[in-house]
Amino acid sequence: MKNEGLSPIVQTITSLLFPLTLIFAFYIILFGHVTPGGGFQGGAVGASAVVMIIVAFGAKHIHEKMNHDTMSIFESTGALVFILTGLIGLLVASTFLSNFLIGEFIFGKIPAWGSNPGILNSGGILPILNIAVGMKVIAGLSAVVLLMALAMEDKKK
Amino acid sequence: MRKLLALVFFFIFCGFLVFSVFELHTFGNPPSDMDDYIISNAQNETGANNAVTSVVFDYRGYDTLGEATVLFTAIAGVMILFRKGGKHEE
Repeated sequence: MKNEGLSPIVQTITSLLFPLTLIFAFYIILFGHVTPGGGFQGGAVGASAVVMIIVAFGAKHIHEKMNHDTMSIFESTGALVFILTGLIGLLVASTFLSNFLIGEFIFGKIPAWGSNPGILNSGGILPILNIAVGMKVIAGLSAVVLLMALAMEDKKK
Repeated sequence: MRKLLALVFFFIFCGFLVFSVFELHTFGNPPSDMDDYIISNAQNETGANNAVTSVVFDYRGYDTLGEATVLFTAIAGVMILFRKGGKHEE
């Protein structure tokens, strides 16, 4: 345990809670087309998990493990996946962001009308866009908070 | 003089706001066709059980692309401001 950051009690509980929070975030992102939630909401939950370990362990210690350049690459990948999905819709079907995966093998099932538990393998391009936006929000918000916390720690010294 | 003019325009603006409040439709009347269309067709057309996600990412997907771009721009701005190791530090 590093002596920067908060006390060892907080650090232990945080390292226990961090994977659970990330799993919850991934669940919200991946089930965005079946249950309430989606890319933005799950991304906010995942970014809050990263903010939690930044507060507990100190920004310097976290910055050695995850560089903000890597996060920026992840964020740009999310944006590119979103736009490329839209462009494939423009090529395959008629319009930009058209739902070209309906009826196909992957994500193509259509649930029954009305309230039902739903199928995970449904939704067309919606799961792909959810994953892209979720990647973008997790990486982007974490990078912002990490950079700001680093600047604060530099200013204190 | 300028303050008097500002006061006059303020009261005219307030008058417009109060007038528009009295001219509002009552809640849910006349009914809109859009929500009925989405409730009856969203599951068949997009295959998603969550109608909110089907609106946000399918019917209004272009709007979500703009939202993601706003987020991207904000994060790029913060990264430019807070990045370390500029040439001026040395």
